[in-house]
Amino acid sequence: MNRREAWRARALGLLALVLMLAPLSLLWTVFGDGIGVLDWQFLLAEPEQAGRSGGIGPIIVSTALVLLICMSLAVPLGLGTALFLVEQVRPEGRLNLTLQWALDGLGAVPSVVFGLFGYRLFVVELGWGYSLLAGGCTLACMVLPLFIRGCEQALRDCPQSYRQAAASLAISRVGYLRRILLPFAAPGIAAALVLSAGRALAETAVLLFTAGYVMRWPESLFDSGRTLAVHIYDLAMNVSGGSPASAATALVLLGFALVIQLLAWQIGKRPLSFAR
Amino acid sequence: MSISTPLSLRSNLDWLLRAASLGCALTAAVVLLLILLFLTQASWPLLQQPASLLGASWQPANGLFGLQAMLGASLLSSLLALLLAVPAGLLVSIWLIFYAPAAVARVYGAMLGLMASIPSVVYGLWGLVVLVPLLGAWLPPGASLLAAGIVLALMILPLLMVQADVALRESARRHLPAALCLGVSPWSAIRRVLLPAAWPRLWPAILLQLGRALGETMAVLMVAGNVVQWPGSPFAPVRTLTANIALEMSYATGPHLQALYLSGWLLLVLALLLMALARLYGSRT
Amino acid sequence: MISRNLIALACTTLLLSACAPQDKQTITLSGSSTIAPLMVEIGKRFETQHPDVRVDVQAGGTSRGIQDARSGLAAIGMASRSLHADERDLVPYTIAQDGIAMIVHASNPLDGISSEQVVALYTGKLSDWSDLGGAAGQVVKVHKAEGHSTLELFLQHFGLDNAEVHPDLVIGDNQQGIKSVAGNPLAIGYVSIGSAEYEVKLGAPIKLLALDGQAASTAALLAGQYPLSRELNLVVNGEPDANTRALLAFAQSSEVADLVDQHAFIPAL
Repeated sequence: MNRREAWRARALGLLALVLMLAPLSLLWTVFGDGIGVLDWQFLLAEPEQAGRSGGIGPIIVSTALVLLICMSLAVPLGLGTALFLVEQVRPEGRLNLTLQWALDGLGAVPSVVFGLFGYRLFVVELGWGYSLLAGGCTLACMVLPLFIRGCEQALRDCPQSYRQAAASLAISRVGYLRRILLPFAAPGIAAALVLSAGRALAETAVLLFTAGYVMRWPESLFDSGRTLAVHIYDLAMNVSGGSPASAATALVLLGFALVIQLLAWQIGKRPLSFAR
Repeated sequence: MSISTPLSLRSNLDWLLRAASLGCALTAAVVLLLILLFLTQASWPLLQQPASLLGASWQPANGLFGLQAMLGASLLSSLLALLLAVPAGLLVSIWLIFYAPAAVARVYGAMLGLMASIPSVVYGLWGLVVLVPLLGAWLPPGASLLAAGIVLALMILPLLMVQADVALRESARRHLPAALCLGVSPWSAIRRVLLPAAWPRLWPAILLQLGRALGETMAVLMVAGNVVQWPGSPFAPVRTLTANIALEMSYATGPHLQALYLSGWLLLVLALLLMALARLYGSRT
Repeated sequence: MISRNLIALACTTLLLSACAPQDKQTITLSGSSTIAPLMVEIGKRFETQHPDVRVDVQAGGTSRGIQDARSGLAAIGMASRSLHADERDLVPYTIAQDGIAMIVHASNPLDGISSEQVVALYTGKLSDWSDLGGAAGQVVKVHKAEGHSTLELFLQHFGLDNAEVHPDLVIGDNQQGIKSVAGNPLAIGYVSIGSAEYEVKLGAPIKLLALDGQAASTAALLAGQYPLSRELNLVVNGEPDANTRALLAFAQSSEVADLVDQHAFIPAL
């Protein structure tokens, strides 16, 4: 009996090892191909020859701008929604149920569908053209459910006794929010923010349709600009001899993703909670 | 819950807050409605002739918009990914919880966290540079249904394992001591008691990951070969609905564009159905 | 609290400063992926002469360029073919001549191919390189996605119907086709001669096949011998404004002939 168990443990361990081969090979490839290209110059310079040489400076700036637009829209909207769900609505009420369904539905929408939607609404109907603004707005729609869920969880973690104490002191709702609830939930909200930014950072399809391909220094929010993920895709698929630069960009993106993951974990002590 | 202890609505500020947060919540709901509305409107002319959409041939230049083969490819590649990821993920989760040394389990968990934070386009890059040539050397052309399945499986694996971990631990906490008291081996306890008890919580997780696999675009686009056909074998190239949208979006006009919107509409409906299924299943247990 | 305010202030400033320089005019070009790399370079040179103008180039396909020029989403559309009869509402400005070449991996022993062989390959009648006089191995046929003028011209020239073509790999841009062939010793594909020669100069391991005994090169194209040729056009809808007109004239002028040459196209005269 015991020998059989030990044998099983070994077989399962072997399977676990085999499963790790692929991500290890991935890291190995990306590091091996990219590390030779990566230096300060690469991070700051403008891409040349369709990205084969030069750097990714404008692309990092575009990425940052898109993220900034995305988060500055998603944060107030998401936080407001989470506050409404936690504070203002009866848990068993019809409104709450409808909102929960809508949020889960929004969370299930494939990213390419957000891309189609953003293209039609922001790029064509509103006439913004391929722009950082259109990309950021579409991304905001995409990360909204994720961010709301994170905030909601953080707000619900606030002990009931705090609320009761506040009620007994006859503190107004706004006062309770400002002085008690939000400070208490701040780390969880920050973690949700960081994880949402991570998901926006990883997105490619949405931005292909809304922010476009241009790899120049962006001068206004109505300029088209490509993000890191789009740059990786374009170099890997469309530029022969683009692989080293693509891997180096992937390395940069991985670095950002890792920092985000660690940040979220540090702040919220909740790794991997960005499961949809 | 929280609402049970009502705070006084004293100042105008409180009413303002209520109105503002209601507005925010409604915005989130309206976005979903808008998406449904826009996609339905954009694909409406084609939606009225469903017969032509079920055809097998996709030739936009000749006005043939058969989505059948691509829908099939989407479903096949996602199911293949599940077939690869679910058994492997479950077995390794079991190993991590019950067999692996604590230190090894912790390192493995961190590795999974890292895997989960890798953007899909990087998986695609790896698939393009490593996996496709590898499969191509074995059975050309390399870019194939199998390549798409493997890349998708890798993508959904970490989140699947995290959710499996939660479900299995919960079921072990409840049932393992009792099962072991009956004198069965740990393995049979896991197989006969823990897994069946954890299924109701595993199902919704699997459905959600299926939705993710169906919706993934870039990684699949990079490794699947993008030929519109029913694959004769796992080594044949295929084009999924998502890849079709990304590939032809920047060239499409007129009815062709409508057909792409329709592909998106179809994906949206599929994803919403899966979500509803997962929710119903989740709420029943 | 102060630091938090500072961060908020910094974010606002960044957003505002990003919005500020609206006085620059942006000319958007969209369309053919064959012309896009050339227009990026031309645009850069144009900007150095007109600092108040920004030229943005979006690669798509010819049909997209025509649609965007019509709808006004782009000021200029790029079309890598002459305009059809139902597209006479747009005004074309020819900037260069180009052709379409069959390409294989550099390690492929084949140097030329006949039209019959191309048709037989793409319709699936031939499937092994040994049938064409190469080393044994299954041919991987790279084909283009719908909406590209390259595909249109290819089908038209070889008298093929897209329904009969059985490809192994379907790609979008020219660059993607070159990349796919460069990465697979068994592949064959067809792309713009200009793009292919440009990539060869940059070191891509591909080879341009002679078609029916005519070498696929800019020189042969110039001499008018190569059969698969086309013109590269910029198209505008209605009367363009001053800066757009200047850009159109600039793209046709001899000032950019070296750029056209560098991209292995033939300057239009």
